[in-house]
Amino acid sequence: MARKVLVLGEVRDGALRNVSFEAVAAGKTVAEGGEVVAVLAGESVSALANEMVAAGADRVLTIENENLKQYTPDGYSQAVLAAVEQEQPEGLIFGHTALGKDLAPKIAAKLSSGLISDATDVEAAGGNIVFTRPIYSGKAFEKKIVTDGLVFATIRPNNIAPLEKDDSRSGEVTSLSVDVKDLRTVIKEVVRKATEGVDLSEAKVIVAGGRGVKSEDGFEPLKELANVLGGAVGASRGACDADYCDYSLQIGQTGKVVTPDLYIACGISGAIQHLAGMSNSKVIVAINKDPEANIFKVADYGIVGDLFEVVPMLTEEFKKLKVHS
Amino acid sequence: MNIYVLLKRTFDTEEKITISGGKINEDGAEFIINPYDEYAVEEAIQVRDAQGGEVTVVSVGDEETEKQLRTALAMGADKAVLINTEDDVENGDQFTTAKILAEYLKDKDADLIIGGNVAIDGGSGQVAPRVAEMLGISYVTTITNLEINGTTATVTRDVEGDSEVIETTLPLLVTAQQGLNEPRYPSLPGIMKAKKKPLDELELDDLDLEEEDVEAKTKTIEIYLPPKKEAGKVLHGELTDQVKELVNLLHTEAKVI
Repeated sequence: MARKVLVLGEVRDGALRNVSFEAVAAGKTVAEGGEVVAVLAGESVSALANEMVAAGADRVLTIENENLKQYTPDGYSQAVLAAVEQEQPEGLIFGHTALGKDLAPKIAAKLSSGLISDATDVEAAGGNIVFTRPIYSGKAFEKKIVTDGLVFATIRPNNIAPLEKDDSRSGEVTSLSVDVKDLRTVIKEVVRKATEGVDLSEAKVIVAGGRGVKSEDGFEPLKELANVLGGAVGASRGACDADYCDYSLQIGQTGKVVTPDLYIACGISGAIQHLAGMSNSKVIVAINKDPEANIFKVADYGIVGDLFEVVPMLTEEFKKLKVHS
Repeated sequence: MNIYVLLKRTFDTEEKITISGGKINEDGAEFIINPYDEYAVEEAIQVRDAQGGEVTVVSVGDEETEKQLRTALAMGADKAVLINTEDDVENGDQFTTAKILAEYLKDKDADLIIGGNVAIDGGSGQVAPRVAEMLGISYVTTITNLEINGTTATVTRDVEGDSEVIETTLPLLVTAQQGLNEPRYPSLPGIMKAKKKPLDELELDDLDLEEEDVEAKTKTIEIYLPPKKEAGKVLHGELTDQVKELVNLLHTEAKVI
């Protein structure tokens, strides 16, 4: 059954986040041959519309308004609901990001629709659109369908492959004028702190530290390794509780659940709560002094040794590899 | 200040998950207050202590949930309400829970509603914002700080590591992120007092809801465990050689670098 699907693109610092392209790919699956319409909302977003077309969107709807400069649930719900009103889609896909997580339940409540959050896969099967999502922080998975309302889901970044970018594709770009008003929450200030560069939830490589890192300064070699690999730094609860780093870096059952291509665990023992947050990473490397550490049970590759020796050596080796390739 | 906390009973984070008969096996499992909801209970108590008023903790669950509600009372909440759906709801979803909570809350004149930002079992994070929308009040999710001055609230929201300082007005719903506070352990006198605090039990009937009013809008068709990861290769030899071998393996075998 062909469906019209709206996909919300997400703009950060003037650029589209990768999850926007992944959402287009998910939208294609949901559409089953129907039209995929990308929605871009913000103060100034039309310059990005062609990127959504290149990623596979059939059309793009831009909604520009100064009250959309920053995300607020009231502002963005007005914008998305206006797009839904005009397009009357049968499907709706957002990224499962800070924005998508916050906005999607409001839209679902407004439309009295089911919503499947944090999907890691989507397939058309037996007339249904079936979403796969982790439960118990990845200790188990469920397959789920929407039975009432729109085929509405938020997708976890880094899991659904985007389509190959094709700049020769063409698609109509139209603007929709929405009177965005009566915002009940006002952002007074934005404090940038944790993510120097790469966002933890979208990172392809994560270098994570645990209690074995021993201090705030102990994270420095991990940061250097992450830099060389274009990755992000994460942490176990132990490291956060010990004040070696900010809670925003925490990976685990409380904290973030991540699925990078490469996860390098440094001085992390591997408590079950931590494993829940990272064990679905594609490749896991463990570096730990204790050969009995639990983390080795889920690691693809392990080095038994002191992270303060091993990590700088790794950084040097990766540097050499980068030079050669 | 009339404060409500939305609380969910969840599996202890230590629990291993097993499946029997297509469902998560709950036999013998330990249950706790969802960790993020614990921050919510603590924050509610702190706001009440600073501003005066009353904290009511509400949970949609079954008889077993009484234990977690008593813990919240022992921490210092004033009242608890269990909406027992054991006999009425078989396969509820986030809409189901939100609808029931919103129906309960609609005539309570809540100034502040606090929930956890996500439950560690279902992991959707939908219920609280759905409740806010159903009640027609504004919300801020994943907060790490809350200051209330009269009817104005200044809230810090965690946005993937960055923080937004947001100003809004009551009534308001917020959801707790880690770092909001340090939840207290119930004290012995607290536990004794909790036994005498009111814990009301309601059913759908008491909220004038029929089963079809709360019927789920999504359906789970399969639950399964991820393929067990086999323990991998622990490298041997001189540390420098191990490091070289690892980089080589990541490059040529795993092909992630």
